[in-house]
Amino acid sequence: MAQHKVNYTQNAGLPVALTTIDKVVNWGRSNSIWALTYGLACCGIEMMASGASRYDFDRYGTIFRASPRQADVMIVAGTLTKKHAEFIKRLYDQMTEPRWVISMGSCANTGGMFNTYATVQGVDRIIPVDLYLPGCAPRPETLQYGVMLLQKKIRAEKAIKSQKTKRLM
Amino acid sequence: MRAYTPKDDVQAKSYYTDRFYVSPQVAKQDVSSDEVFAADLEAIKAKFEVLEAYIQVEQMVVYINAKDNVDVIKLVKEELDYTQLSEMSAIDWIAKSGQFEIFYQMLSMGKRKRIRIKCFIGKDEAINSVEKLFRSADWSEREMYDMFGIEVNNHPFLKRILMPYDWEGYPLLKTYPLEGDEFAAWYEVDKIYGKEARDIIGPEIRDTARVDRYDSERFGRLGHEVPKGTKITGNEPKTPLAYQEEGGVFMIDRFDEEKSVIITDRNR
Repeated sequence: MAQHKVNYTQNAGLPVALTTIDKVVNWGRSNSIWALTYGLACCGIEMMASGASRYDFDRYGTIFRASPRQADVMIVAGTLTKKHAEFIKRLYDQMTEPRWVISMGSCANTGGMFNTYATVQGVDRIIPVDLYLPGCAPRPETLQYGVMLLQKKIRAEKAIKSQKTKRLM
Repeated sequence: MRAYTPKDDVQAKSYYTDRFYVSPQVAKQDVSSDEVFAADLEAIKAKFEVLEAYIQVEQMVVYINAKDNVDVIKLVKEELDYTQLSEMSAIDWIAKSGQFEIFYQMLSMGKRKRIRIKCFIGKDEAINSVEKLFRSADWSEREMYDMFGIEVNNHPFLKRILMPYDWEGYPLLKTYPLEGDEFAAWYEVDKIYGKEARDIIGPEIRDTARVDRYDSERFGRLGHEVPKGTKITGNEPKTPLAYQEEGGVFMIDRFDEEKSVIITDRNR
């Protein structure tokens, strides 16, 4: 590396960082949370805005994927109807572990204002939820804060262990 | 001007009593007041029995017999220039008269007029499809079947359109509860996990105002967060809003408000 003039002896430094495996694995996981695009209603617009240039989700390593097999987190953004409930379960089952779910907005949390026959009264009746974001719809700042909280949660987990399967029941 | 009603005890009384609000009717005019509509009505009357006809909000409403519906709409489309079926559906009058009212909203771009063809059918009767005349009636009739359970004769593909195929009940009937019957309440649980999961998942919480400040499983306590499932005593210390752990994160600089620079000069 002489051509780049890197002085490895400076700052008492070899190009080596000492850490634990837990930390380095969780660092990788928490900084590349790939999200499944799951815009179901108007919250999806806010989710798209979070991904676009003004709020810039890419700097968190959050990149939206169109396939559950490439996604780590499912951001359920919008009203979940009873007709659609089986598909959200199927897509959740297709995601590889470890996987997380963010329930975004009132409709996904509790059914919201749709207290009707056709709306699932909270996605946590179908899939286990890690984080509930309040709001109708939540601002992109809320979703960013939610992702940062999720990163915090991931970093608090033990990385090297048998993955405890998250099941609703 | 509105008629005077005493309002001194208006707060004490229930102001909304009818389960289904019956709105006051807009004034109806005689069909002869509009010569285009009068000519149209004469053309219909020449071939079919017309039970009632009037003009309301500049649109003619014509009541016909249910067995004539396809022929009347064919006449109206081909001879009277009402070339678009903008909307059709049904109204549930079962509690009042044991009948459904079916309406066809027609539009003439040439005459710049709208008419509404209406007919009544009994609770268990079927109606003939107008899908051969208007392709738009295909989905409208499916929706009518989905929401009211009205069967349509000669329809090419009479299946539910909005609700799932295995749904039970017809949601737009006035006897159908807004929050759904038992089948609707357990639909997704029964379908995904099976009936035996009902006890584990539990019934839906339909009270939108329900907040339990001692429940740390479902409710966050912003600014006073506790781990999930903790018993709440009321003496939880205040936790400041933090984006990262106290000890910092591996290879990531922690945001420090003291060290950050706030730029006030917008034109720098």
